[in-house]
Amino acid sequence: MAIDRETVLHVARLARLDLTAAEADRLTLELGAILEAVSKVAELDLTDVPPTSHPLDLVNVWADDEPRPSLALDEALANAPAREGDLFRVPPTHGPEVSA
Amino acid sequence: MSTTWETVVGLEIHVQLKTRTKMFCRCAAGYGAGENTRTCPVCLGFPGALPVMNRTAVEWTVKLGLALGCEIAPRAVFARKNYFYPDLPKGYQISQYDKPSCEKGNMIVPMPDGELEIGIVRAHLEEDAAKTVHMGGHSGRIGGAEYSLVDYNRGGTPLLEIVTAPDIHSSEEAKRFLLLLRQTVVELGISDAEMEKGTLRVDANVSVRPAGSDELRTRCEIKNMNSFNYIARGIDAEAARQVAIWESGGEVKQETFDFDAGTGTLTPRRSKEEADDYRYFPEPDLVPVEPSAEMIERLRGELTETPAARVVRLGLDLDLERALVLVTGGLDGLYAATVAAGADRLAASNVIANNLVGAGVDPAAVDAAELAKLVAARERIPRVAFDEAIARSGDPDFSADPFLAQEVVSDASELDPVIDAIIAANPGQVAAFRGGKEGLLGFFVGQVMKETGGQADPRAVSEIVRAKLLG
Amino acid sequence: MIDTLRLTAEGALALIESREVTSAELHAAYVAAAGARDEELHAYLRLVDAAEGTGVPIALKDVISTKGVETTAGSKILAGYVPVFDATVAARCKAAGMPIIGKTNTDEFAMGSSTENSAYGPSFNPWDPTRVPGGSGGGTAAAVSGGLAPWGLGSDTGGSIKQPSALCGNVGLRPTYGTVSRFGVVAFASSLDQVGPVAKTVRDVALLYSIIAGRDENDSTTVELPEIVELPTAETLAGVRIGIPKQVWDLAGIEPGVRASFETAIETARSLGAEIGECDLPLSFDYGMACYYLIAPAEASSNLARFDGVRYGPRVDAPTYREMVEQTRDAGFGDEPKRRIMLGTYALSAGYYDAFYGQAQRVRTLLMREHRAALDAFDLIATPTSPTVAFPVGERAADPLAMYACDVMTIPSCLAGLPGLNIPSGLSEGLPVGLQLIGPQFGENALFRAGYALECAIGFDTVPERLR
Ligand SMILES: [Mg+2]
Ligand SMILES: [Zn+2]
Repeated sequence: MAIDRETVLHVARLARLDLTAAEADRLTLELGAILEAVSKVAELDLTDVPPTSHPLDLVNVWADDEPRPSLALDEALANAPAREGDLFRVPPTHGPEVSA
Repeated sequence: MSTTWETVVGLEIHVQLKTRTKMFCRCAAGYGAGENTRTCPVCLGFPGALPVMNRTAVEWTVKLGLALGCEIAPRAVFARKNYFYPDLPKGYQISQYDKPSCEKGNMIVPMPDGELEIGIVRAHLEEDAAKTVHMGGHSGRIGGAEYSLVDYNRGGTPLLEIVTAPDIHSSEEAKRFLLLLRQTVVELGISDAEMEKGTLRVDANVSVRPAGSDELRTRCEIKNMNSFNYIARGIDAEAARQVAIWESGGEVKQETFDFDAGTGTLTPRRSKEEADDYRYFPEPDLVPVEPSAEMIERLRGELTETPAARVVRLGLDLDLERALVLVTGGLDGLYAATVAAGADRLAASNVIANNLVGAGVDPAAVDAAELAKLVAARERIPRVAFDEAIARSGDPDFSADPFLAQEVVSDASELDPVIDAIIAANPGQVAAFRGGKEGLLGFFVGQVMKETGGQADPRAVSEIVRAKLLG
Repeated sequence: MIDTLRLTAEGALALIESREVTSAELHAAYVAAAGARDEELHAYLRLVDAAEGTGVPIALKDVISTKGVETTAGSKILAGYVPVFDATVAARCKAAGMPIIGKTNTDEFAMGSSTENSAYGPSFNPWDPTRVPGGSGGGTAAAVSGGLAPWGLGSDTGGSIKQPSALCGNVGLRPTYGTVSRFGVVAFASSLDQVGPVAKTVRDVALLYSIIAGRDENDSTTVELPEIVELPTAETLAGVRIGIPKQVWDLAGIEPGVRASFETAIETARSLGAEIGECDLPLSFDYGMACYYLIAPAEASSNLARFDGVRYGPRVDAPTYREMVEQTRDAGFGDEPKRRIMLGTYALSAGYYDAFYGQAQRVRTLLMREHRAALDAFDLIATPTSPTVAFPVGERAADPLAMYACDVMTIPSCLAGLPGLNIPSGLSEGLPVGLQLIGPQFGENALFRAGYALECAIGFDTVPERLR
């Protein structure tokens, strides 16, 4: 199963990776080979087999609605690459792309 | 021959739950705290942090589903909705996707011309995004911002998303539905649902079609409408825009607009560089929700008659609009108790919906028996006494009796000199009245009431004024 | 003089309890050993000089968050990141009095089978420093084998504890999914990741497992152990039924020396009283890799989305948020995380989900069924852990698929959520060979009993020959 360079670049945009041209070339080849190997799963007819998203059969694991202490402000911001006041600073966004 | 167009609207409503803690961590939820002081490794998306569900939020979702007549999923699953934005610390939002907690419900909305059934496609639980403030550039214009600042306090607050079927056909229906839905949520005690505070947010999907057809044409989404009236105006504006496009031979293309209430205009949002592809998959850090029969029955037992049902019932006694006002104002309980205490229905509904609400009295604090006495005496006692009594009716140990003891002035001998003076002082208005502007009667009555400090009986004043002006 | 090369954790504990040495002296001895040998092995990314505790010191893989101690997951994108909280497993080690010797090297985000994918340079095998120690937990394995730690914690998604343990001659346990908290462990693939112990003996591994295992309220996917952990004592396998997947014998790429060591180990098991039989795991061997390399990258692509330069990590400045994120991620992630992010994003994207991720989840169901059936008939399943002994540094670095093949025998049971134990079965070409024992869900005690009996009978010397 091959993947073309255009698709690689589209996927990179989805994943927010600013690939260099060389990286895009290399990944086109590597991903093609890997996809060919993993496409093996398509050989099986699994229409009646349910999917497993988790190896444990747990349900209803939750916590009571009781507040616990939050982090101190300086802990929350300790690793921030850019801070302004008590806020995390980022370059300008160009408008919300989606709503909640 | 011109086409008649029908508007088709489906709503997406986000309700912020008022749990004490966030959806997936135990940071306190709610407003008022200093920026980023209600954060922890989980809601900041620190490496290795894991979500743990808020049991109360899960139960409230089921409860709302039951109130809306939904099927409650025997197994609901959280998924990850993947996208990048600074207000989304993990790079994904945890949200119920293909297995939501509630599906296939409905709400009956009483309309003047009969009952309208609006389908609830789904109601699901998810987490809210953080708050981004755009700084610099042209103030308020996101596009011109020089940088943005992020406060993660709101991030991770539980949100209920409710999606309706495209069963709404006018802005009026939309407004009415939302009023009733909001009241339902408030009465369940799960959210304050205040649009101004953003704890209730509504997006509308609008399309139009020739009346009588059942096709679904391209729809557009309108966001950023922060009052019920703006929602109605936004829907009307978008429907008009689409009708104009179709009628001029054009084609509506799928877009998202922000509604600017100030100018009444719709601004298209910047189109994305690639189509939405959220790459949903089941959230492996959480386990499914399987509400037990015991839980569902317990929650069902906590439900009371829905606001919509109460409007219908009350509408049999009063007119529908009045019933709607009472119910969506949270006033119908007091109304019923006041009537039970002997008050006249119409008078009680008037006093409660107008005077009491106007005075800002909390209906829950009012003693219905005392209110019933006031309602009965409202024409007999001076206006000022009545107004003051209403204003105090929510006080602890309020008694109507001292106010009931006051008498209005209806004796012509006391009123005559006042009325004569006012007629003498306003020759212009007198001439106009005599020339046929009968509406000016109210002006004279008002002047007399003012002059007598509200002690006069307005009915008596009105009779005397009329006699003097016409005589 | 403390012989860190030979001292087991149990032995160290005995020395502390008899007051012959203090915890601090032990800690200093391991830090000193690292000072002497870690230039050659590069097992540690950083040492913790002033660690507190009263117990046996420990090495932690650098995916485990440690409060106040830089935690990078072997990636540049977390360079300088100092957690403000402890992972639950780190907290449990600290609560048990264990001082931290250091944070061990790992393939970036635990993605790899040789530790060559670390952004901070590879680790080297103490048996032969021209060879890899395995991965992704090559740092912990090399530290234990090279006498730089009595024991350590690794994390295992598709073999990252078992395979390096095999290549370095250690005992390593990948626990039953859900028995050890993942809270605070930098995530690779959430439905697969498990933290587990690496040590010189089965008893040490069991002891460390008993310290870290059990329900954690901060990890929704953990459970209380159904039975308490027992330190094994019996040197017999009487009545134990061991199944050998018949596919092992036909596996391409399995080295003759590995096969010979495996056969000898099976004979040893038989001589200890085990009943040896043949089991059948056809889908696991044929489709396990493909299934894993869809599910793990898909989850990883999402787990690695939080590295956006907003709240932590180095940032590449750019005029807009989007460019900042794209450039920060391109500069911060190495080749292997990028490959897996791309693969996973693709497998989850519109139009491909059903064919890839969805299909892989169904294959996973079959692999679980297949293992359940085998473990109905047998108490344990045995295979070689790795098809090869440690390979030369650089040999597979340029070929992702060749690297992925290292985990062909460790992956299927990981997908099934089952526990697996590596014990050394002997040497081939002077390098350790590992035996993998797979147990049923929560079957750790059975693994410890069998592993201990075999360990006693095999008598493998865990000290690398060149260091004796
Ligand atoms: Mg939503
Ligand atoms: Zn939090």
